Amino acid sequence: MTQFSVPWKQSPPIEHRGPARGIVALARFVYKVATPIVSRFPGPILIAAIVFSTLAVWAHWELFGWVETIAVSDLNGSANSIWGQSLTVAEIGAYLESKSVFAGGILKYLLWPLQMELFRDLVGLAAIFQLFNLIPVYAIWWERKVAGRIQSRMGPMRVGGWHGWAQSFADGVKLVAKEDLVPAQADGMLFRIAPYLAFVPSLLAFLCFPLGSYWVFRNVDVALIFIVAMVGVEVVGVIMAGWASNNKWSVYGAMREACQMVSYEIPMTTVLLVPIMTAGTLNMVQIGDMQSGGWFTWNAFHNPFTFIAFITYYIASLANCKRAPFDLPESESELVAGFHTEYSGFRWSLFFFAEYAAMFVVSGLAVTLFLGAWHTPLPATWAFEENSLFNVLLNGILFSSPFWFIFKCFIFIYIQLWIRWTLPRIRIDQVLYSCVQVMFPIACIALVGHAVWMVLLDGTMVSTVIRWVLGLMMAAVTFGFLSVAAFGYRNGRRMVGYLAVKQLPGS
Amino acid sequence: MADTIAPINPADASAPRQADVRTEEMLVNMGPQHPSTHGVLRVVLRTDGEMVLQSVPHIGYLHRCAEKIGENVAPYQYVPYTDRMDYLAGMNNNQAFALAIEKLTGLEVPERAKYIRVMFAELNRIASHLVAVGTYGLDMGAFTPFLYCFREREMLLDLFESACGARLTYSYITIGGVTDDLPDNFVDVCSEFLDYFEPKIDDYNNLLSYNHIFVKRTGNVGVISAEDAIRYGLTGPVLRGSGVKFDLRKAKPYEIYDRFDFDVPVGLPGGTAEIPRGVVVGDCWSRYYVRVKEMIESVKIIRQCLRDLPDADEKEGICNKKCKTVKLPDDEVYMEIENPRGQLGFYVKGDGSAIPARVKARGPSFCNLCVLEYAGKNCLLADIPAIIGSMDVVMGEVDR
Repeated sequence: MTQFSVPWKQSPPIEHRGPARGIVALARFVYKVATPIVSRFPGPILIAAIVFSTLAVWAHWELFGWVETIAVSDLNGSANSIWGQSLTVAEIGAYLESKSVFAGGILKYLLWPLQMELFRDLVGLAAIFQLFNLIPVYAIWWERKVAGRIQSRMGPMRVGGWHGWAQSFADGVKLVAKEDLVPAQADGMLFRIAPYLAFVPSLLAFLCFPLGSYWVFRNVDVALIFIVAMVGVEVVGVIMAGWASNNKWSVYGAMREACQMVSYEIPMTTVLLVPIMTAGTLNMVQIGDMQSGGWFTWNAFHNPFTFIAFITYYIASLANCKRAPFDLPESESELVAGFHTEYSGFRWSLFFFAEYAAMFVVSGLAVTLFLGAWHTPLPATWAFEENSLFNVLLNGILFSSPFWFIFKCFIFIYIQLWIRWTLPRIRIDQVLYSCVQVMFPIACIALVGHAVWMVLLDGTMVSTVIRWVLGLMMAAVTFGFLSVAAFGYRNGRRMVGYLAVKQLPGS
Repeated sequence: MADTIAPINPADASAPRQADVRTEEMLVNMGPQHPSTHGVLRVVLRTDGEMVLQSVPHIGYLHRCAEKIGENVAPYQYVPYTDRMDYLAGMNNNQAFALAIEKLTGLEVPERAKYIRVMFAELNRIASHLVAVGTYGLDMGAFTPFLYCFREREMLLDLFESACGARLTYSYITIGGVTDDLPDNFVDVCSEFLDYFEPKIDDYNNLLSYNHIFVKRTGNVGVISAEDAIRYGLTGPVLRGSGVKFDLRKAKPYEIYDRFDFDVPVGLPGGTAEIPRGVVVGDCWSRYYVRVKEMIESVKIIRQCLRDLPDADEKEGICNKKCKTVKLPDDEVYMEIENPRGQLGFYVKGDGSAIPARVKARGPSFCNLCVLEYAGKNCLLADIPAIIGSMDVVMGEVDR
């Protein structure tokens, strides 16, 4: 009598090799440790993240600033070299003890390397890289949750426990552990390089992206040009990927991307001139700090032309980072998957990361240039004196902090998701028509109009009134949106119908 | 907009040319594995950049000898095979074959079964059009309406499941009646569903049909004139989208369709309150919108069915008792019905035994697909999914 065999029970567990083995093991370990914690305390962790990001500037200043200060000023002369050999552990410890915070202990040993600029940069780069990794991971998770809500389903619910918070990590581990496929007929070298060319520029854009007044890795005077350039370089990687794949659909995707990017860079950079003209500088930190006087001083509400420029910029930025309704380069129903048809595993995830990082970068540009950067709607002149940690926290929550910058960026990312899951895709001739015939003339009008306004009306009564009117309009729109969202959230079941309540888990 | 862009013919010497820029034609295989060919359709596109100069459909990837099987099994055994032909409209396919055999053998169908048949045919029409409308949005890049449509379709499938136990291949309408009587509360649940479903059609219209981008993508694209539609033998919403008011349920009422009051929607020119600007008769938008309107008409028919549904007759049953023993006379018959995709006809020839000598199906998807070469030329690449989607072909029935 033959025994009935169950194939799936007898198959051995998958053996990962090389670095994937370590990554999978690490992921398993982290998953075992982190899952119960996050699932049990999602609320406190969220609050802790907000508090941390609010206090981050302060913490950064405390850690880096002191070291920098003593390296340059307290020990004048001897520590001017970048390596700072003359500064000993004992000296730093003494300095920290004189400040009477974190006195003694292991901290001073940990901080000792930070006196060297190289190490400070390395720590900063590591932090930026982490931010750069976490933002796409959570943007992807969030997109899936938002899409689920819009489509009356749940989105990820299993991995990690609380609303599938670890879904993106699990996907990432899966992608890294997948087989590395290069088509036989592909141009191997270009095919391998292309994802990095798409990925690295968006990472570089973060280098001079200020998250707060004092919180920027490199405060470059031409930061804006650098960021726009880095966003533009991404297209090279995409074209390379499409061409090297040796797939006709990929070539179509790459050519569409090239065509679309080149066209939309023009109106986008043209409208970017408008806030530059207001600020008189290309320095992102300065542009951000100019908008600290409450919501009505934000650049978008300066006059009608800046408002138009803001809207135009946002639409152009959608096209620039290939988001719907301009997602032609990877349009699923026409080009299979466009330029990344032949990609899989880790290289594919790099394209994905690049896309979401680019979404954050363009949203960050919109926030920094038009909508008050890291400031809250309250004027910064009302801020408390920062003589206690509580006041620092209060100022961060009420007036300005990296938390607000990231929060605003995620609002714009949310609008991108919202548009993507609502609108159909437009056609290539309509893409170019709307760029050349609509967006570019509007951008020019905004630019010229703003210039004229600045010469004739800036600082007059009319300007102030218009500023308030526009600001109130935006406030009304925001409030209306929040009300509609709240109503939908409260009455979701009723709007879907009572049959749905019985049958559908997501309604 | 597509008609304003004329492709440059390389052979035409008078065409404007740039000295150093030369374009080449490229042959692209769209399918058989492609997200928007709705199955295993392969279309060979002759393209010049984004322009498509010619598109030739190649079929046969899903051929399963469906007609030949019909010559080897008894008719009541063949009913499940008709489900597999047009798998989105199983009820209608069952109905077509059952009607053909009943016409051939003269089997009587109980009165209640007739109403149930019409009701399920119309429910299946709604289910099928929901897929058509939803996937058409998907072809245009709008993902959300697709899931809304499927949300409602799930409820329809629940209704089907409650009646016959299957959710896709029903074999519910069978020769001589239907396989089983309705569950006790079916009338209540069904009218509850209709009350829920009818306002949802407005949602689809607001979300998709009247969406500006959607109208721009589908209006005046793939226009088929009424004469050409008739000449190509198109049927169903594809024909009615071209403005020809022809529906077998009205023109040649089969079953009991002459007892119901309903309209036949046709494609209308744009610019009115209902039809947006930019739409012309016979374009993709009209074909799409005819389906949306047909769902409303189907709801009307189902409501009348539920109202007039006769009570169960214990003696008569729900299915003719002779359905499995009947011999086919030495005769031939052709019976056509209005499927969600058009006219589905079955030709059956008997030779005195219980097994047909010949079974032949006239599939609407197959006949409608032949117009792709006519409609899908000199357009943009992105219009090809729009045109194929508006045909609403089901490859299982094209290849049979």
